[in-house]
Amino acid sequence: MVRGASSVLLKPKTTEEVSAILSYCNQHKLAVCPQGGNTGLVGGSVPVFDEVIISMALMNQVESVDSWSGVVVCQSGCVLEALDQHVAEHGLMVPLDLGAKGSCHIGGNVSTNAGGLRLLRYGSLHGSVLGVEAVLASGEVIDCLSTMKKDNTGYDLKHLFIGSEGTLGIVTKLAINCPPRPTAVNLAFLGLQSFDDVLQTFRDAKSKLGEILSSCEFIDRSSLECVEENLKLKSPIEPHPYYMLIETSGSNGDHDEEKLNTFLEYVMTSGQVTDGTVATEPSRIQHIWSLRERIAESLIADGYTYKYDISIPLPHFYKMVEDMREHLGSSIIRCCGYGHIGDGNLHLNITSKEYEKEILSRIEPTIFEWTARVKGSISAEHGLGFKKRNYIHFSKSDGAIGLMKQMKKIMDPNGILNPYKVLPDN
Amino acid sequence: MSLKVLVGVKRVIDYAVKIRVRPDKLGVVTDGVKHSMNPFDEIAIEEAVRLKEKKIAKEVIAVSCGPAQAQETIRTALAMGADRGIHVEVPAKEMEKLEPLHVSKILAKLVEKEGGDLLIVGKQAIDDDTNATAQMTASLLNWPQATFASEIKKTDGELEVTREIDGGLESIKVKLPAVVSADLRLNEPRYATLPNIMKAKKKKIQKMKPGDLSVDVTPHLEVVEVLDPPVREAGIKVDDVEGLVTKLKEAGRI
Repeated sequence: MVRGASSVLLKPKTTEEVSAILSYCNQHKLAVCPQGGNTGLVGGSVPVFDEVIISMALMNQVESVDSWSGVVVCQSGCVLEALDQHVAEHGLMVPLDLGAKGSCHIGGNVSTNAGGLRLLRYGSLHGSVLGVEAVLASGEVIDCLSTMKKDNTGYDLKHLFIGSEGTLGIVTKLAINCPPRPTAVNLAFLGLQSFDDVLQTFRDAKSKLGEILSSCEFIDRSSLECVEENLKLKSPIEPHPYYMLIETSGSNGDHDEEKLNTFLEYVMTSGQVTDGTVATEPSRIQHIWSLRERIAESLIADGYTYKYDISIPLPHFYKMVEDMREHLGSSIIRCCGYGHIGDGNLHLNITSKEYEKEILSRIEPTIFEWTARVKGSISAEHGLGFKKRNYIHFSKSDGAIGLMKQMKKIMDPNGILNPYKVLPDN
Repeated sequence: MSLKVLVGVKRVIDYAVKIRVRPDKLGVVTDGVKHSMNPFDEIAIEEAVRLKEKKIAKEVIAVSCGPAQAQETIRTALAMGADRGIHVEVPAKEMEKLEPLHVSKILAKLVEKEGGDLLIVGKQAIDDDTNATAQMTASLLNWPQATFASEIKKTDGELEVTREIDGGLESIKVKLPAVVSADLRLNEPRYATLPNIMKAKKKKIQKMKPGDLSVDVTPHLEVVEVLDPPVREAGIKVDDVEGLVTKLKEAGRI
C-alpha cells in the first residue's frame, strides 16, 4: 500500500470547473493528482509530493440513458454500482463488474481500463466506451463524446484516455454501450484436483456454454483458506486444491439451466471436476461470489500484501505461483493465486506479517523476469500507477516507451498531470 | 428408537431480491422474481438430515404447499439429504391467500397419515413473518412444541431443546412425538453439492391436493392494502446540546 498527502483537494462539479482548474495549474506549473474512488492498487491516485488533488466525487450525474441503443452518458465520478443500478431500471447493465464496485468511479475504471469479472463476455472498455470528454493539461476541453457505435472519422482519440491513468487528460464525461441485463443468471462453484483439470474444464465451458458463459474465475486452495480463516466465510464444498467459478447469463432460465446441467454432468462424469454446487438464487449467488471477490480484503488481515497482477499464457498460469511459493519458502505467510482464468490474468498475492524489504527484493524483479520470459504482461489490468512504472520495459519495447514519452510531452508539456506515474523515470 | 421426521419447507421470494409492491396494492410482484427456500426452513432440513446422519432419524420427508414451482424447493431439500418429498398442490392465485392455519391443518393431517414422530419447520417465513405454523400444528396434533430451537439433543423418548427467548436461552424437555421450530443459530445449512443434486433427481415426490387431506383452504383473512414503508427522511444536524434539547421540545418529544 502507498500513502500520500497534500494540502489542497478540489471537488469540481462540472467540466468547466475542471477546465478552469487545469488552466490555472498549467499556467502556474502546479502538478495535479486526479482521484476517483481511491480503489486503485498501484498508487496511481495517490499524490507523491504536494500535487493538487482533484477529486471527481461530485461529478456523479447520469445525463441520459437511451433505451433503444443502450447507450448511457454520464459524468466520470459516478460510482460503478450506482451507475449499474441506474441503468438497471432500463433493463440494461454496465458491461463491467469488479469487487470494488461500491466505491470505484466509472471515470477511474476507464482511466485504468479496468478488466473485472465479465471481460470474458462483454469485452474490454476499449470496446464498450463509445465516447470520452476529457480536459487536457492546458485546460482545453476535448469533446470526443460520440454516442454512435460506429464512427470512423479521423484518429480515435478516446483510446488515448482509456488506460492512461490520468496522465494525458482528466476524463469528465463518458458514453458507454450497455448490454441488456440478463434475466437468467446461474453460478457454479467447482472443486478440481489438478490445474490441468482446470484448463480442460475452461475449454469445455467455452465449447459447451460458449454463448451464455459470462465469467470464468479461478481460486487456489490457499486463497480460499485465507477467506475462510480471515473472514469466516464458508465454502460450499469440501477442500480441493483448485476451485472455479463459472457463471452463465442469458435470456431464458430454463434453456440456460439445461445447458449448464449438461455441462456439469459431463465434467463430473469425466472426473475433471470432483465436487461442486450450482445456484440460481441471488442470495446464494452473492455468497459464492464473495468467496472470490473478498479475497483481496481477506489478505489484508494477514499483515502486508505484495500484490501482482500478471497476464501469462494459460499453460504457465499456475507454475508461476508454485515457483514463487518455492522460491520464498517459509519467509512469508502465504503465496496464493486466483483470478480471471478466462482472460489469462493471474492475481498473485504474497503476504507477510509486516512489510519487509528483504521479501520484496526476493519477489521483484524475479516475478517480472519470469513474466517477460513467457512474453506476458507485468500488469494485466491494475495499470502501472506509481508502483510499477519502472518495470514497464519488462512488457513494452524501448521504441514503444519512447513514443509514449513523446505523446506525453505533446499533450502535457509542463508535466502537470499525475506526475511520477505510468511512465518510467529514466 | 429411530424417528420418522417430516420437515415443512416454503418457497419464498429470495431475500436478496428487491421487493416491489404490485400496482393494485394488494400484494408484491412475484412474476419473474427469483424465489428460494425460506432460510429458516433450510435450517430445519439441515437439522433433520443431521439427525439422520447421527442415526437418530430413519427417514426425512420434505413437505411443501404451493404451485408447480414448489417442487424446485422440495428438490433442493432432497439434494440436501431428505429421502422423499410431498408436494401439496396449491395454485399460485390461492397461494397468495393461504394462511398459517391452512398449512397447519395440512401438516397435521400429513403427520398423522405418515405416522411421523417429529415435525420440524422454520420458526417463520420471511415473506409473512407470522411465526404461527409450528405452534398451531402442535395444537391440532395435541403434541408438545419446542419453538425457536437453537439446539436439539435427543434423550430417551424425549428431546432436550434450547430455545432462544428474549431474556437469553431457555432449556426445556419435550416428550416425543413433538413439533420443533428452527431458529437462526440451530445450525449452518449445507450447500447442495452436484453429486447430491443429481441423486435427488431420482428421489420420489408425491403429489396431492388439500382436498385429499380433507382440508378446506377457504381464506378467513382479507388483505386490505399493501404499502411500501415510508421513505426515510434526512436527519438534521444540531450545533450543541442546547440545540438538541430545543429541537426535541419543538418536535414535542420532551
